[in-house]
Amino acid sequence: MAFWRRFCRNRSAVIGLVILCLVILIAISASWLYPEDPFKLVGRAMSPPGENGFLFGSDTLGRDVAAGMAHGARVSLLIGLLATSVAVTLGVVLGALAGYFGGWIDDVLMRLTEMFQTIPSFIFAILIVAIMKPSINSVVLAIAVVSWPAVARLVRGEFMSMRNREFVQACHIIGMSDWRIMIREILPNCLSPIIVTGSLMVATAILIESGLAFLGLGDPNIISWGFQIGAGRTVLRSAWWVCTFPGIAIMLTVLAINLVGEGLNDALNPRLRERT
Amino acid sequence: MSQAAQRSRYVLKRLLQAVPVVVAIVVVNFFLLQLAEGDAVDVLAGEAGSATPEYMAQLREKFGLDKPLLVQLGVYMKNMLTFDLGYSFRHDMPVAQLVLDRLMPTLLLMVSTITLAVGFGIVLGLIAASNLNKWRDNIISVFALVSYATPLFWVGLMMIVVFSLKLRWFPTSGMENVAMFYEGWDRVKDIAHHLVMPTLTLSLFYLALYTRLMRASMLEQASMDYVTTARAKGLTERRIVFVHILRNALLPVVTMAGVQVGSLIGGSVIVESVFAWPGLGMLAFEALFSRDLNLLLGIFLLSALLVVAINLVVDLLYSFLDPRIEVG
Repeated sequence: MAFWRRFCRNRSAVIGLVILCLVILIAISASWLYPEDPFKLVGRAMSPPGENGFLFGSDTLGRDVAAGMAHGARVSLLIGLLATSVAVTLGVVLGALAGYFGGWIDDVLMRLTEMFQTIPSFIFAILIVAIMKPSINSVVLAIAVVSWPAVARLVRGEFMSMRNREFVQACHIIGMSDWRIMIREILPNCLSPIIVTGSLMVATAILIESGLAFLGLGDPNIISWGFQIGAGRTVLRSAWWVCTFPGIAIMLTVLAINLVGEGLNDALNPRLRERT
Repeated sequence: MSQAAQRSRYVLKRLLQAVPVVVAIVVVNFFLLQLAEGDAVDVLAGEAGSATPEYMAQLREKFGLDKPLLVQLGVYMKNMLTFDLGYSFRHDMPVAQLVLDRLMPTLLLMVSTITLAVGFGIVLGLIAASNLNKWRDNIISVFALVSYATPLFWVGLMMIVVFSLKLRWFPTSGMENVAMFYEGWDRVKDIAHHLVMPTLTLSLFYLALYTRLMRASMLEQASMDYVTTARAKGLTERRIVFVHILRNALLPVVTMAGVQVGSLIGGSVIVESVFAWPGLGMLAFEALFSRDLNLLLGIFLLSALLVVAINLVVDLLYSFLDPRIEVG
């Protein structure tokens, strides 16, 4: 397949894909690798990595850091994907409306987008989660609310450049409805930049989620990488491993997704090279 | 029209454009407050320990909380106009005062971060662009990629492990050693010593960003016609790069520096809470822990205003740097 060949030409993208597949594999097999609840105390507290049967050591209460990381992989990927889908949906709808109809709709929606881009997004996310009480839903919503503007701008630009093309005019002439033109005709033509932006947004979403969880704004019932680091920071002096390994997991995952995103970019639209 | 008059008109225009954004932020703030469970009276009652329903209704009437939403919004906007951000019952202080007290450390951290990130970003981008696809360029690109992917708080914690706990070069937290009662120059040195690690941590991501941007911008400019002209004139490569290309390549970096201020404030929440740097971010972290919503909203409002103000300054700076930009 041509797409696959173009993707493979980017060597770092392939490395990213391999790492990402490993993370996904670990996330899927987490409950098989570590059947116990990751919150459960399973051994001696503060065991260094490799001792007492703990691959990455245990934390202050005797929880297995490696088990937490395996289960945390699920949470990170899940929240990253969910938040991105919500943000992309929102961004596509608003951007498409603004770009297709133009006029006052465009004005209003773009002012809205600009405002959301002005406000400090991470603090806004903190506020949303703090007000709605920490849970998977509120975290997903908060990340989506702060990340849709980029998609909206992108989609608006694409729709604006397409709405006067000949194939769209032809659709008008045969009496197609606006909705049908937008969804069936224009949208499929601007899918590739949306896919690229979306894939990079998953990485950002994972970073935001880990930041929120680190500050204590994660869902209290599920373990996540950010939570592990936040819980381990008080024992940094005596148990460096509690913070170190989950951080490496975040870094590798985000790096892998970024590399895959850039590979997709090269493979899908060679025109759009620079990522801003 | 004289140039000065034109410029002041431009400033005025940009100021007017900022007004709706500020109003919108205040409105968002108000509705976020409405969304929260319980109102100021519930908080008050909670603080007092107990209160009868009659007393609470009385309080609500006194604060105007029984009025329709729009009236409340009007009152809220009026309060914001006089920078009355409400009262923090945890700190027993007006929010405005609390927030302004903590503004300086955050500004200090931000200024040093931007200086470091932009300065080194420009240098690294320049090196990468002039050694395209050689080992220097590759190392810089890999560094940028990794910095892009690393969570700030983790970098901060790892720096504490290495440079504070193992090597003992820098203090783990705080802004100054209060117990030493340093004055004058000694105090400046002490604060600078505390500033090193938070600045390095916060600047890492932006350093990567500006490096990539500078590299791309240099490469783009290098293919322009004026570079060919300069080369045809017989100028040295050195002069072409440093005088001709560099100047033009800087513009996107300056714009980006303005755009990134919002996310920089977000990053400072994390960095400040890692290093216990007594700024707005640390205050936000404390407010989170004590569930002090009023304070959190005040911080949000102030930081949003800060972003609007800094964007304004960057725009003006930009119009000085690039005379081609229409001021009138």
